[in-house]
Amino acid sequence: MYRYNDFDHGFVRERVRQFRSQVQARIDGVISEDEFKPLRLMNGLYLQLHAYMLRVAIPYGTLSSAQMRALAMISQRWDKGYGHFTTRQNIQYNWPKLRDVPDILSDLADVEMHAIQTSGNTIRNITADHFAGAARDEIADPRPYAELIRQWSTDHPEFQFLPRKFKIAVTGSSDDRAVTRAHDIGLRMARGQDGDIGFEVIVGGGLGRTPVIGEVLREFLPVQDLLPYIEAIVSVYNMLGRRDNKYKARIKITVRENGIDKIRELVEAEFILRRASFGGADQELLARIKTAFPAPDFIDAPIANFKTALAANDDFATWVETNLSPHKNPDYAIVTISLKTLGATPGDATDTQMQVMANLAEQFSHDELRVSHEQNIILPHVHKSHLAEIYARLADVQLAAANVGLASDFIACPGMDYCTLATARSIPIAQEIAARIDELKIERDVGLLKIKISGCINACGHHHLAHIGILGLDRAGVENYQITLGGDATQNAEIGKRAGPGFPADEIVSAIERLLEAYLAQRTSRTETFLETYRRIGIEPFKIALYGDGKANHAA
Amino acid sequence: MSIIVTDSGFAPAGADSHFLDIDAGHPPTDLADELNNIEAIRIEFASFADGRGFTLARQLRLMGFGGRLRARGQIMCEQYAMARRAGFDEVEISDADAVRQPQENWLARANWAAHDYQSQLRRPSS
Ligand code: SF4
Repeated sequence: MYRYNDFDHGFVRERVRQFRSQVQARIDGVISEDEFKPLRLMNGLYLQLHAYMLRVAIPYGTLSSAQMRALAMISQRWDKGYGHFTTRQNIQYNWPKLRDVPDILSDLADVEMHAIQTSGNTIRNITADHFAGAARDEIADPRPYAELIRQWSTDHPEFQFLPRKFKIAVTGSSDDRAVTRAHDIGLRMARGQDGDIGFEVIVGGGLGRTPVIGEVLREFLPVQDLLPYIEAIVSVYNMLGRRDNKYKARIKITVRENGIDKIRELVEAEFILRRASFGGADQELLARIKTAFPAPDFIDAPIANFKTALAANDDFATWVETNLSPHKNPDYAIVTISLKTLGATPGDATDTQMQVMANLAEQFSHDELRVSHEQNIILPHVHKSHLAEIYARLADVQLAAANVGLASDFIACPGMDYCTLATARSIPIAQEIAARIDELKIERDVGLLKIKISGCINACGHHHLAHIGILGLDRAGVENYQITLGGDATQNAEIGKRAGPGFPADEIVSAIERLLEAYLAQRTSRTETFLETYRRIGIEPFKIALYGDGKANHAA
Repeated sequence: MSIIVTDSGFAPAGADSHFLDIDAGHPPTDLADELNNIEAIRIEFASFADGRGFTLARQLRLMGFGGRLRARGQIMCEQYAMARRAGFDEVEISDADAVRQPQENWLARANWAAHDYQSQLRRPSS
């Protein structure tokens, strides 16, 4: 893992020192909330419905056990004993006191973390494939490149006041687990003609009220051009992006209004200018960063006990079926710990749970954890002989839900329970749907299914990219839930289609149930997934399931 | 009247007739042919939330502008380091803003060359 050098330490400490004096000025009344706002936003501190909320960056989703322990300690000491992992590989604390925030930031700095640029109109936390360095289908670990971009974007003097926020994601695999096509810039690793590594550069993807799948700006960008090229993109956007209307300020709108060809022309011209300002120091830094991400020291040991445990324990076998992914080392597995236990808030973990996950990572996963955009925690490098013990210890703290990739493995945004912008609840709806699915005992039969819920049109719950998306709206003071179908967050990214009119809160759960029944009735075999069935038969049969025959078109 | 902020603090603004005034959205390519003949450029910041001026300054520097570069208008003292790093020599603020954000706040950012990630990335290859 990347470790801070003296420079990184000095930078983060200086920022904590500055923010401490700004907070003091606010508490003493020397500055108003209006003056304080841009300062706190530079440090990830939001004002939510009931309290401040601190969003802490987890760069490219990678944590050491010491960092996870610190996150647990902070939740216990300064918050209410839990934290919320988000779709952008951050953790949010919902109840910090303003006067404590500088101390929290100082505790984070102790373990080489911070909350810088987790809010505001700037380049946000750089996200990456949560299976990076472990996945079987990977060209190379994308994290050294993400770390290089992290350093370049941190406190970048030109880009702290962009037209709007700016999100960058990187993947090194052909299976796109980083949702690169829904980011302002998505980087997909590729090999050039000589076998050298580079990136396909995608620009202008995003969700929110105008969901857009990003377009390819450059088919192949050599690694040495990475920083000058993305600097060119962001500077073109900084000058051209709209500042008159915040709903039209993201780069996806800039691309739409100017056309991808015009943007490409401007970026390529700017790139020539920018490239001259990089003298090779960035590539030397990249080489040093790469040495911080060595392949783990894999152990060579028998895995017979894994097979014995599989045969002896049905619950364990069920969990293995859903919560493991193939590792590049065949004796190893990637373990996904579901934060979607029945009745829990999707993405939340208590301090005790964080402690247990930290301990497991230290003992069994080469000291590494990951946060996925699907709001789960990953143990990336687990020798199969340790799986049974890991399972037992997770079960002790209600972390053994065997539902990864299944219907109850939701993404749900905080919604009305925390968010000032929310028009509806999302967490309670997710919990009700999970409870119904549990009652019906159809989850494993249904198989792979992505349900995602947003509490307003800003789409933080990624509902556009869900097989079944749910968007909570406010219709004349009453919550109303709209369904979209057929979205896809993978390399074949697709925006879901609206099924028709929304449902009130007390009907949405049954509506989802009808969709699942329709799928089970229509699929050709158990191996045809919901999305495959949808693509084969189209939206109509699902509309009929939702609204009844003939009513769908009329009501829409 | 207005105040000029530099690394050594406040000074009253002097004569400024030699400045070319442009707004933050001005296309730098328009000036490409005459950059060598321009002594000083002043870029107007209409709002502290509008960061175009930082990129414009950087672009002018990358195009080879070596004259005086000044940022004027709505700029917070927290943005002083950004302005300097982007290529500005100085910042011009109103007297009223100089009262609201006194000299010591700006001086606290005068060490802008320290803790600058860009300096790590752009040093010529050793
Ligand atoms: S989708 Fe809306 S309600 Fe949900 S977190 Fe985002 S802004 Fe808040």
